Amino acid sequence: MMPLYAVLLLAGGTYAFRLAGPLLGHRLALSERVRHLLAVAAAVLLVALVATGALTQGHDFAGWARPAGVLVAGVLALRRAPFPVVVVAGAATTAVLRLCGVG
Amino acid sequence: MRSLLRTLEHATLRDIALVCLADALVGASFGAISVSGGLPLWVPVAMSVLVFAGGSQFAAVGVVLSGGGALAAVATGLVLNARLLPFGFTVADVLDGPWWRRLLGAQLITDETAAFALQQNDGRRRRAAFWLCGVALFAVWNVSVLLGAAAGGLIGDTDVLGLDAAFPAVLLALVLPALADRRTRVAALVGAVVAVAATPYVPAGLPVLLALVGLLFAGRPRPEEVPHRDGELVTGGVLKEEAR
Repeated sequence: MMPLYAVLLLAGGTYAFRLAGPLLGHRLALSERVRHLLAVAAAVLLVALVATGALTQGHDFAGWARPAGVLVAGVLALRRAPFPVVVVAGAATTAVLRLCGVG
Repeated sequence: MRSLLRTLEHATLRDIALVCLADALVGASFGAISVSGGLPLWVPVAMSVLVFAGGSQFAAVGVVLSGGGALAAVATGLVLNARLLPFGFTVADVLDGPWWRRLLGAQLITDETAAFALQQNDGRRRRAAFWLCGVALFAVWNVSVLLGAAAGGLIGDTDVLGLDAAFPAVLLALVLPALADRRTRVAALVGAVVAVAATPYVPAGLPVLLALVGLLFAGRPRPEEVPHRDGELVTGGVLKEEAR
């Protein structure tokens, strides 16, 4: 569950990240190295979410249907298919596989 | 508003409109996935107004829907949003002015608004692009999340429709452009392997945070790298593709 305090914590922390620059911009500068690490950290977290979200359910393997759908979506995204096509094709692949009895 | 529109070139206005359209689709999927996953309607709606950062909203909800704790969800979202810190420094000049303008404008700092502001070369245009894109995105994002969440409540069995695959699919589409950089790709792959390997053994929510060990492979920024290019991911990257 996502209680209200969690939403507020995330919102408050995010706002602090946003406000630091406009408030301190004249007195402080971030190093190139820190900028690079923050950008890579965002990509690392997103890819980890994709991997765990596609492959696992709770502590176990999610079954083949879901990762297959995500794979189809990934290939379409690589080929620059429009965003809605990517998402719908991913979900449809998983749905059809389940209909055919794949877990 | 009229003068804002006149300050900007047609191409910029068109790009901003396209980004809004693409974000509307992302927002609607966020609302629908959150509610059909079992969260009450107020959660995606409140997050969209108060957090207003699509990637972290998806991430936090993803952690919670996979059984993780609320604090793990907050931590994941915050690490993801740490990239807004350098954006804030980059667009600080756009927000110069009275204190209330800085407080309001800060909430509008996103991948998209920072990217549009940085495209413009004179101060007046930077300001116009930032505010126009920011206000439009805020309105479009929140309306589409609300509509998506309302629609998500109508969906019955989400697994039959394959909607559990939609969430990782959305994130994958958003992050792909950032993976063009080789070191980012290596760091992300290492992180993903660690996260999946850890999943059976540690509490839900933690594996994603453990993925940050991948940062050991992040390397140093190349000297020729333009500072803001590196940060254009999450929604910024995919939207740039569509805007082209």
